[in-house]
Amino acid sequence: MEDIRKIRIGHLYPDLLNLYGDRGNIACMMQRCKWRGIEAETVEYNLGDRIDFAQLDIVLLGGGSDREQRIVCQKLQEIREDFKAYVEDYGVVIAVCGGYQLLGKYYKTEEGTIQGLDLVDLYTEQGEGRLISNIVLQSELTAMPVVGFENHGGRTYINGNQPFGKVLYGAGNDGESGYEGVVYKNMIGTYLHGPLLPKNPQVCDWLIAKALERKYGTSQLLPLDDSQEIEANTYVYERFTGR
Amino acid sequence: MKLRRILAVWAAKCAEKVSVHVFHRQGVTWAGRIALKICPNILSELAGQVREHIFIVCGTNGKTTTNNMLCAALEAEGKKVVCNHTGSNMLNGVAAAFALAAGWSGNLDADCASIEIDEASTKRVFPYFKPDYMVLTNLFRDQLDRYGEIDITMNLLKEVIQTAPDMTVIVNGDDALSSFLAMDTGNPYIAYGISEQVVEDKDSREIREGRFCKKCGAMMRYNFYHYSQLGDYACTACDFKRPAIDFDASEIQLGDGLSFTVENRRISANYKGFYNVYNILAAYAAIRSAGIDAVHFCRMLEEFNPENGRMEEFHIRGTKVVLNLAKNPAGFNQNISAVMQDSTPKDVIIVINDNAQDGTDISWLWDVDFDRFKDTNANSIIVSGIRCQDMRLRLKYVDIPSVLEEDVTKAIHECIEKGCGNLYVLVNYTALFSTRMVLKKMEGQK
Repeated sequence: MEDIRKIRIGHLYPDLLNLYGDRGNIACMMQRCKWRGIEAETVEYNLGDRIDFAQLDIVLLGGGSDREQRIVCQKLQEIREDFKAYVEDYGVVIAVCGGYQLLGKYYKTEEGTIQGLDLVDLYTEQGEGRLISNIVLQSELTAMPVVGFENHGGRTYINGNQPFGKVLYGAGNDGESGYEGVVYKNMIGTYLHGPLLPKNPQVCDWLIAKALERKYGTSQLLPLDDSQEIEANTYVYERFTGR
Repeated sequence: MKLRRILAVWAAKCAEKVSVHVFHRQGVTWAGRIALKICPNILSELAGQVREHIFIVCGTNGKTTTNNMLCAALEAEGKKVVCNHTGSNMLNGVAAAFALAAGWSGNLDADCASIEIDEASTKRVFPYFKPDYMVLTNLFRDQLDRYGEIDITMNLLKEVIQTAPDMTVIVNGDDALSSFLAMDTGNPYIAYGISEQVVEDKDSREIREGRFCKKCGAMMRYNFYHYSQLGDYACTACDFKRPAIDFDASEIQLGDGLSFTVENRRISANYKGFYNVYNILAAYAAIRSAGIDAVHFCRMLEEFNPENGRMEEFHIRGTKVVLNLAKNPAGFNQNISAVMQDSTPKDVIIVINDNAQDGTDISWLWDVDFDRFKDTNANSIIVSGIRCQDMRLRLKYVDIPSVLEEDVTKAIHECIEKGCGNLYVLVNYTALFSTRMVLKKMEGQK
């Protein structure tokens, strides 16, 4: 039976925010829709483009260098209201690394403060040294552990919001709390790249399912053969947690 | 103190021999560490004995090939040259190159030095000696976990270059990042580049650096790209633009080999890969900048065989095996282009490790345009190395099936046993030496 459902992914500022294989997250969402017969399309928005959030089902905000984030953040204020309304209306968002930091109120660095989108109550401050490591989480969103790589100078404080996962290996949000990322409504913010989605197919499917539910009221997804994904995930999980 | 230096040289030589013959490992780094331990000043002292020019080669890609070619070009003009041929390019490797080149008397008999240095290690090497020339090949994203963002590497290089204000920077003028860096330091610079458009590179989805001006932050305008961010550029807002090119390669032909004209000389080489035009041009610009006529440059290229796993050929029981290093997105994309230049059927083995020297973050695999492998006439792709599962997954998401074989030796054996005839082995850094040893051994057993 042909699926008539369709997903539109908005990739924000790929020109500037494209560190650490972010394209892999897009490729993963697209393929996992396609393999199920769900039509998927990605629209890239560059600085200055008008973004109609009503047309989008998933928004991806990737990572960039501090310098690039500074360029982006000035423009972001122009779309803040629309973006905020989208998130409050359970619009699906996946924000990674620098994109995650931009979700909050601000990112305070030695060279000044970068204003964030203030979509969720969190903030980031530059800490001593960068947190660079493979990382493993246990997330309430998925049965499988979540694996990836983190590389960030900022320490993020999520003020009692729901974290994306509990850290089993690695540093996480601030290297101390034992938690990583944030989940707010249908928005995930995380430091995990690697990229995040291919080795964590259940996270990818969570995003797709939430988008379908919001758009069509049903989130049913056909199962896929994820043996290669699971093997890659298990390898990282076992190597770093020793379990 | 001379006695110390003699002792250090002897110890380094012994350490290297023991390492290679007893442990079957490249012993250069170890030798350098021992030499520096025994005689901390050895690098300054020996570098001070170089009679004419000290060249160093920096940049993300092409360091080893450019440096070895420059060394061969200098030797072809009758110079005695110190060179870190193996690509050991951190402080210990540089120290080893000098210590191993010194005689048993602890003295160095050399006209020139041609030394590649890892960008992050320049800071540790420059206090020991100030080079006369620095070749800056390009700056691409590479091992973000080790070096951080490109901006960090650029800042570091700027500081280091400014400690040697008399050093001439020989820069790839087609790279906006390298050119900006050379200009920004205030050092004298000489540019090489390619002013004519060689290939159409419109549809490539390659991730490019340098979209925004490093000088003022405005959008850059590119008249064309050669590959990655290399091309003809100008800022849309300020006066930053591609510099005047002193060594300009023209009439470029790419096919089974490559050829181009520079300074009215026709230069040809039996290599694949557009990027090798830059490597050759960089070596040529360096030797010419030092005022050497380089009349034997073309002959040197004919005989040049780097034997270091950069497009290195092996012939094993009727199969031609090409080994090539591919360690970051720009390099890997160029590797795929080189494989595509060979239109005959082939098998491909990709080896990905995540040891410290490779960068422990392998997310860069997703910045490589692997879907282009569909156009390479590859019969099969085997993925190997520590992170073979990540590599297999990467290919799955561009609908390319691959076979997983963690053990590289087994993977190579399987391909050769079935008589594949034409095999490409693409490896990242730490897999290079061991894979090369396997191939060398198999070639010797025929």
